[in-house]
Amino acid sequence: MTAALSIRAARKAFGGLVAVNDVSFEVKQGELLGLIGPNGSGKTTMLNLISGALPPTAGEILLDGKRISGLPAHAIARQGVSRTFQLVRVLPSLDAEENVMSGAVFGRVRLWGEDARRIARVLLDRVGLGDRAHMPVAAMTYIDQKRVELARALAADPRVLLLDEWLAGLNPSELQIGISLIDELHREGRTIVMVEHVMDAIRSLCDRCVVMSSGRMIAEGGVSETLSDPEVVRAYLGDDDA
Amino acid sequence: MMGLTPQETKSLGLGALLIALAALLPLFDDGFYLSISVNIVLYAALCTSWALFSGPTHYVSLATAAFYGLGTYSVGLGIELLPYPLLLLIAAAIGAVMAGLVGAATLRISGVYFVIFTFGLAELVRQLVTWTQTKFSTAMGLYVFTEMTESHIYWMLLALTGAVFLTSFLIARSRLGFAMTVIGNDETVARHVGIDTARSKIILFMISGAFIAIAGAITAPRYIYIEPPSAFNPMISFLVVIMALLGGTKRLWGPLVGVIPFTIVMDFISSNFPNHTMIVVGLAFLAIVYLIPHGVTGLLENAQARWTKRSAPAAVAEEKPA
Ligand SMILES: Nc1ncnc2c1ncn2[C@@H]1O[C@H](COP(=O)(O)OP(=O)(O)O)[C@@H](O)[C@H]1O
Ligand SMILES: [Mg+2]
Repeated sequence: MTAALSIRAARKAFGGLVAVNDVSFEVKQGELLGLIGPNGSGKTTMLNLISGALPPTAGEILLDGKRISGLPAHAIARQGVSRTFQLVRVLPSLDAEENVMSGAVFGRVRLWGEDARRIARVLLDRVGLGDRAHMPVAAMTYIDQKRVELARALAADPRVLLLDEWLAGLNPSELQIGISLIDELHREGRTIVMVEHVMDAIRSLCDRCVVMSSGRMIAEGGVSETLSDPEVVRAYLGDDDA
Repeated sequence: MMGLTPQETKSLGLGALLIALAALLPLFDDGFYLSISVNIVLYAALCTSWALFSGPTHYVSLATAAFYGLGTYSVGLGIELLPYPLLLLIAAAIGAVMAGLVGAATLRISGVYFVIFTFGLAELVRQLVTWTQTKFSTAMGLYVFTEMTESHIYWMLLALTGAVFLTSFLIARSRLGFAMTVIGNDETVARHVGIDTARSKIILFMISGAFIAIAGAITAPRYIYIEPPSAFNPMISFLVVIMALLGGTKRLWGPLVGVIPFTIVMDFISSNFPNHTMIVVGLAFLAIVYLIPHGVTGLLENAQARWTKRSAPAAVAEEKPA
């Protein structure tokens, strides 16, 4: 079976700074992959390369065996890649329902009118905002905005879902809800790449993880062995130049 | 997105009623008032067409004169050969194609370049037309003889303005309208939910350019003799921007609030102080940009928002038992 997502020697240079340095890994169909590493190690940049927010300097990225690197972000979104952003991005002048509808209307599924609205309702319920469908998102708390963002990403029924520190900033009880929500998505068979700092979440959720440090991939594999890898421990303790 | 809300039905009905009332004007006067009303509806059509694109995208286009002039010339060149309604369609097509080309070349770059490019474009088209005319014909301009009276032109421009409004309304309810709203909120999100942002903007610019060209085509018989300096007059581009910004572009009808007073003032100035029109236009431009960047409708909305905010806490306070 072809991998849902293949990253082949992806590279991104910002001038002299190589933020992603020839990174290669695969994400299998239905897998939940954790992408971890210290701050500034290139995780967000990696997601930006996958979603098409930035074009890679070199290397290629394939979705279900089809090359998506080099395509503009909107084309990649229509192929079935949806994401959330590290710093939450909502559509402030719209209400929650319209925010979520935007994902259903323009993404892979391309619904319109009542069909899009129905999906938005279901997903808002799912992320726990069923009673706030018509609340302007600008008036929502940061956490609720994150929920709206997740629902928007799901509205396109993506083949690959990219989450950039979606659990960051949640209080302990919200974290439990968040973790079980992602777990549920995973059980339903959704393919997910999750950038995360919350180690409990990585341990309890991920099938595998990829560790980055200073743009390089320094480890890959099952969660517990990867996290106990000496090089990974060193990177996290700041022994490395990160 | 589906049926009409009562509010929408009311707005549509009101719009139709206003246009019907305005259409009665030539029955009462066919002199000064009709003439100034033609100017008003012309600029109403131009400004709403302009705002159709520039309102949601915030790109300031100075290409209005180019589209307008191309429309005028379509009629000037074709009036002896083809039926007039067909010429209007041809003008629309030329306007749309021109806008499509300009859009494809410039809408991926930032707003400042767009302003300069569109201004340059209008001048370039004017020079090209002038050059072609001197090269291939002896005359500087074109005669447009038609049976069209000032009243006919007035009615057609009024119908065109109605069509622009209806189109804006339909766009607002379409995928394209929703895409523009999302783009206006956050262009990065727009791209990541699957919106081809450049394509959406280009389509909108083409629709706007087509309508402006039709306005030029409708007005052509009014000139009788068409020359590049009048058909491609850059003043048209500037006046459209000024009037639309004066009114405000956030609402569909916003530009109208600027068009009516400004056309009257300009008419007064150009007949009484013909040498000072440029100064007035320049000053008006500065004043609007500095003092009321969101236009009169923006001012009204802010005032209304402040008023509701001030009265809301008062209402809450009243409810509390003493
Ligand atoms: N658009 C950009 N332009 C220049 N440098 C960037 C850009 N985006 C990220 N970087 C740099 O790339 C490195 C990796 O950043 P990032 O991918 O955000 O790391 P992480 O998400 O792992 O914290 C950092 O040094 C950051 O400053
Ligand atoms: Mg990051």
